Amino acid sequence: MKLSDIQSKVHSTFFKEHQKKLYQSLEDKHTTIEEMDDGDPLSSKMVLNMGPQHPATHGVLRLVLQLHGETIEKVKLDIGYLHRGVEKIAENKTYQEFMPYTDRMDYLSPYSNNVALCIAVEKIADVEVPERAHYIRMIGCELARISSHLLWLGTMVMDAGAISFFIWTFKEREKIYDIMDLLAGHRFTVSHSRIGGVANDITDDAMGAIKEFVETFPNELKDYHKLLDRNRLFFDRNEAVGVLKTEDALDIGAKGPVLRASGYGYDVRKFSPYARYSEVEFGVPTRLEGDNLARYFVRMEEMSESISIIQQCIDKLPKGPVRTDNAKQAYPSKDEVYYSMEGMIHDFMMTDTGICPPEGAEAYHAVESPKGELGYFIQSDGTGHPWRMKINAPSFSNLQVLENILDGEMVADTVVIIGGVDPVMGEADK
Amino acid sequence: MSLELSQPLQESVDALTENFSDKLIEVYQSSGDTFVRIEAEALVEICTFLKQKHNFVYLTDIAGTDRYTSDERFEVIYNIISLKDQVRIFIKVRCDEESPELDSVTTVWKGANWMEREVYDMFGVQFNNHPDMRRIFLPEDFDYFPLRKEFPLLGIQGSIELPNTTPDTE
Repeated sequence: MKLSDIQSKVHSTFFKEHQKKLYQSLEDKHTTIEEMDDGDPLSSKMVLNMGPQHPATHGVLRLVLQLHGETIEKVKLDIGYLHRGVEKIAENKTYQEFMPYTDRMDYLSPYSNNVALCIAVEKIADVEVPERAHYIRMIGCELARISSHLLWLGTMVMDAGAISFFIWTFKEREKIYDIMDLLAGHRFTVSHSRIGGVANDITDDAMGAIKEFVETFPNELKDYHKLLDRNRLFFDRNEAVGVLKTEDALDIGAKGPVLRASGYGYDVRKFSPYARYSEVEFGVPTRLEGDNLARYFVRMEEMSESISIIQQCIDKLPKGPVRTDNAKQAYPSKDEVYYSMEGMIHDFMMTDTGICPPEGAEAYHAVESPKGELGYFIQSDGTGHPWRMKINAPSFSNLQVLENILDGEMVADTVVIIGGVDPVMGEADK
Repeated sequence: MSLELSQPLQESVDALTENFSDKLIEVYQSSGDTFVRIEAEALVEICTFLKQKHNFVYLTDIAGTDRYTSDERFEVIYNIISLKDQVRIFIKVRCDEESPELDSVTTVWKGANWMEREVYDMFGVQFNNHPDMRRIFLPEDFDYFPLRKEFPLLGIQGSIELPNTTPDTE
């Protein structure tokens, strides 16, 4: 398939230059020398555009696949359809003002994103966080991980052909949304974390709901295992499909469960423990096969690890304040704002200028989000706005993996592999 | 300023000082992270050295920044990890505004491909020997680099062709 052939068939109406370069790059992939043009007498080759509106691509991902019969010869990904320029927005907002934008990055696990930003800012501005806030954050993060993995599980199994399963996992996700509602006051975009702590303490209602969820969820998980672990159909769709070899995984830069399914036990919670992850016990599930099935097992085991972390956090949850009591570093509590003049002034100052890290300071902090290592690199110029904030998004790296592992697979497996890699376009496109 | 380095990091920094004394510009720490600034022409050489001799096998991120200064305006930061020693180090290189060019590290870590494309897309820093130097988020038809400080927050009117909002009228 040559570029000129494609162009005679496709009449792009806009971004002409972009389309041309994309097809050119597809043609150039794996081509080191001039290819022998042996023609295509049976016309078994075609270029298939999948997305950006395809329902199975989990968002606005576009794949340009060159097919030979039913085999994918090579593939190029086109991303950026959800690019909002959040890094540019961050440079024009105070740190706390930017936090709600992080909810909309990886919108399947907003809690982890809030925490990632807050911890990075706390690191650069040297803010102490009360003990209780750390544990609340951990509970929130692990709930977010379960919620995100449940969505992955539902959609991935749906991509493999089992529609009703999706409804089952959503039943459980619904409970997590209810917990988030009780915990943070929002169901979806929670924005619960604050620089220097969290917005509010866990209420008794929320604690009750979390405890109930922790008790009932393992049974649900057992049911999922019962349905899928020995399911011949599920195995055939996932085994040896989309293999990321151990030797390639680090080189291509895979992250999170995708990396762990290929044999590396890299988990930021162990690598450089943040919050109080050093004080709870948990395992890092890994597999060696690197195929879709391995990713399934890794994520399923992560969910039960999360449940055990939440249980330990509930047991250890110390008493005390949930936000640092330093008006130069964090918002004062609402009681103070409404009943004292200083509180009011401090609240205004925090909103107007915000927290100012030292001039020239740089810091990088990463957390283990459900998709992998989510890091914030901040450069400060001494004002309340970051000079530069770089977001290290795991989905972005994992999409690059996708571009590498799809070559040579069957076209029917594409959606399953996308499901297994589990990208979120809101995060990948920044 | 004295540095507080963990032992494996100290070893890596010592090895760098020993082998590349004329290429090393500064080593400093900020908020607990270690940054090594090097000459741009030695980038691939030093990265290969770190990967092969000091187990920095995993490249997690490449960040570009616009320093907005008259010389050496752009800075590119490589965030690399050694899984064996459990340490993270940041390599920094700078390049000029006139012809922002750096050597690509895709030969060292294959995963640098998209990350470098992102830096190019946002700052216009070209990477030599890159296998696929295209923009990644924005379409090729776009002529500006949005994360440069002079690019306005509201964008530039008419810089990009937008779809017809009334599709029935041709």
